[in-house]
Amino acid sequence: MSIDMSQFHQVFFEECFEGLEAMESGLLTLDMGDIDSEIINTIFRGAHSIKGGSGTFGFTVVAEYTHIMETLLDEMRDGRRKVTQPAVDVLLGSVDCLREMLTAIQNEQNVNNASVAKHKAALEVVLNGGSVAEESLFPVEQEFASEELSANDVPDIDEEESIESEEQGWKIAFCPYLDLLKTGNDPVRLFRELNELGELTTTVNIQDVPGFYELDPEECNISWDLKVVGDISGDEIKEIFNWVEGDCEMEIQPLAKAVKLPPVVKQIDPEPAAVIIPNNPAPKSVEVKPKPATETKKPDSQDADNEAAKTTAKASSIRVDTDKIDTLINMVGEVVITQSMLGLVGENFSMDKVGQLKRGLAQLERHTRDLQQSVMNIRMLPISFVFSRFPRLVHDISSKLDKKIVLKLVGENTEVDKAVVELINDPLVHLIRNSLDHGIEMPADRVAAGKPETGTIELKAYHRGGHIVIEIIDDGRGLDKDKLLAKAIEKGLIEENNLLTEKQIFELIFMPGFSTAEQLTDISGRGVGMDVVRRNIQSLGGNIEIISELGKGTTIAIHLPLTLAILDGQSVAVGDETYIVPLVSIIESINITERMLNKVAGKGETFRLRNEYLPVIRMRSIFNVHSGNPTKSKEGVLVVVEGQGELCCLLVDELLGQQQVVIKSLEANYRRVEGVSGATILGDGSVALILDVPGLVRFSIR
Amino acid sequence: MAQEAENKDNDQYHYSRNLDNAVQYLSFALGKEEYGVDILRVQEIRSWEPVSRIPNVPCYEKGVVNLRGSIVPILDLRERFNLSKAEYTPLTVVVVLQTGDNNKTRIMGVVVDSVSDVISVDKTEIQSAPDFGTKVSNEFINGLVSVNERMVMLLDVDKLLKLEELDQDEG
Repeated sequence: MSIDMSQFHQVFFEECFEGLEAMESGLLTLDMGDIDSEIINTIFRGAHSIKGGSGTFGFTVVAEYTHIMETLLDEMRDGRRKVTQPAVDVLLGSVDCLREMLTAIQNEQNVNNASVAKHKAALEVVLNGGSVAEESLFPVEQEFASEELSANDVPDIDEEESIESEEQGWKIAFCPYLDLLKTGNDPVRLFRELNELGELTTTVNIQDVPGFYELDPEECNISWDLKVVGDISGDEIKEIFNWVEGDCEMEIQPLAKAVKLPPVVKQIDPEPAAVIIPNNPAPKSVEVKPKPATETKKPDSQDADNEAAKTTAKASSIRVDTDKIDTLINMVGEVVITQSMLGLVGENFSMDKVGQLKRGLAQLERHTRDLQQSVMNIRMLPISFVFSRFPRLVHDISSKLDKKIVLKLVGENTEVDKAVVELINDPLVHLIRNSLDHGIEMPADRVAAGKPETGTIELKAYHRGGHIVIEIIDDGRGLDKDKLLAKAIEKGLIEENNLLTEKQIFELIFMPGFSTAEQLTDISGRGVGMDVVRRNIQSLGGNIEIISELGKGTTIAIHLPLTLAILDGQSVAVGDETYIVPLVSIIESINITERMLNKVAGKGETFRLRNEYLPVIRMRSIFNVHSGNPTKSKEGVLVVVEGQGELCCLLVDELLGQQQVVIKSLEANYRRVEGVSGATILGDGSVALILDVPGLVRFSIR
Repeated sequence: MAQEAENKDNDQYHYSRNLDNAVQYLSFALGKEEYGVDILRVQEIRSWEPVSRIPNVPCYEKGVVNLRGSIVPILDLRERFNLSKAEYTPLTVVVVLQTGDNNKTRIMGVVVDSVSDVISVDKTEIQSAPDFGTKVSNEFINGLVSVNERMVMLLDVDKLLKLEELDQDEG
């Protein structure tokens, strides 16, 4: 039986990343004037457990590095060293560096030694009492390939035997098979015996050692190059290796002749090398990291890259509160009880038991719903998983821009589906960067405008209805409507004499190719644009809106569904067909007759709802439904829905009922259908399509 | 019955004569024409049941059904091949086929009149399809084979179920 160490790696990495996050937030909250020893302790603990863990798993690079950090932190903790901003910055850099190392090891890539060395040097400078200039941490260009060292590799042996060819002795290439250890042989004992014969030099060759995930500790993946110096006969050496003859491949050459003669190969096993090749995961071939230059050049961009990589890497597991699991177990218990109760009713069923049966079924229904809720709850994570990364981002960027900005986080414990957590990160990063770069003014401008010198960005999350709302509120300069309009006209995105509402003007910034920035900086204006942000959020089933006042600030609100797997739906009938309208998008439903609709020449129909004319989409015609009783279309139900901030009415035949539906993908076996976001299976086993309201609005306009 | 028995013998004959080159096909009828699909692509054969229509797609995409929890589209091969329409009866059969493109398998059902037989075909006996006068566009046909004087058209499942082509047809 072998213990597979790799099974613990996932946990180790997760703990490390958690530790790093704790360290990072600790470092950011450190107030120079007033040092809280508790915070330093937290940081120290983080570093310490990473060191311990990496030592255990044999990631010596990490352990050594953390050790230096620990020394520094230890001195700070004991008060032997003052906590200074430069020192904190170096420590923050080290946290990044550690994260990079761990990510590399996790992905079985090579650790970027050059960058590690840089950070290490910086740490040592601080340790020795000096201070480091920021530049030295982030050099402009780096030679990386040459200095790169595989995380689990060690320099190969070199051919030094020829130099000492005058010496008398033997050179032995000893390459045991994988199962050498399992046969009870210990190479160390052999070496000890060799050492008794003469002076023994061993060079270990571990280039065939597989990655940590494949490593089986009971297999011998190591080979040795041995050199015994002394007056020894070949037979003496062979005698020592007698025991392992069948379990290894070896080559014994006299030292003196090593250069001149072709090697005297002694292959003990008739089978060739085929057996000996261990499952080599090729640690060397993954040498090239995608962007070596940017990686070290820009700490902030690299941050985002790393984080993106991290989320994908982490995707496979989830940490769940034990409370949630307890609730779940309770619920399952209840369901089992109800089931046995129903079983009892069914055993000797007679009509007088109908009441009992109904009660049982009602109970079952309630429990199923609770169970469903608890299961969904497991997937819920606090939004702080996303938010916790932003203090660092704001810290880095604001110091880079010479702006004074505080970030306020509100509602970090709001829970949201794991899938949403993973996908919302990038859009949020983009929006916050925008706020930092374009929203908040320079301190001098702020003072001139009569605002406090320090700008505030508030990141707020809360639940509203079936949605989670994330707001990014800044008190910066706000959006300039006139400028936006002028820009849009200049770019030919809108007609000059178009009358746009305030909302529509703000929406302009979501158009592809629209940039309000007068100059592009490396903080925003690079990579994803606002159109991509909006598309990402829409693909999550959410929407985004902007409220802004010139000179006062901007609020960007993102509405997202709580979960992506289940949705509250209103089933509606169109002809003989059933469709599901997501309940969250429904504003109200109205019984109407045909003549309440107003025809608009060329533009279809409108309905007047409390002094507002709303466009009407006839589901029958847009979906080409011909079945059902046609007279019914004389009167029907108008479902007022909101899609992309616009109200519109869907004319359906009938409302059927509300129910929770499980979303199934149409695309898995089929393809995307316009106006439809997915499908679900109804109680009778048939399939109903779920309407994609914004898509439907777009579709109907065309 | 007698003919069927003869069929079997014939198949057996094919089968034993050249085991290496034998490929099995499921044959089915559309009107008077007979088609075959590689039997390894057939997941199951079901009877026709009402589908949920998908709006605004070509008419041969009949809709989707719930196949043990997954949503599976159903195509009508008669309409796909522009043959005359047939009424759906309880005897109408849906052949559920698997198609794989880029390490992703899709499952789709095709409506056929009836399933006839499993035939063993010697690869060497498959003729390439000439530009013949049936309404099936040549691109779906892998080849022709003659079984008991009947001509069977062997369909290329991947091409038949390829969605890109469906999308093109739509336009």
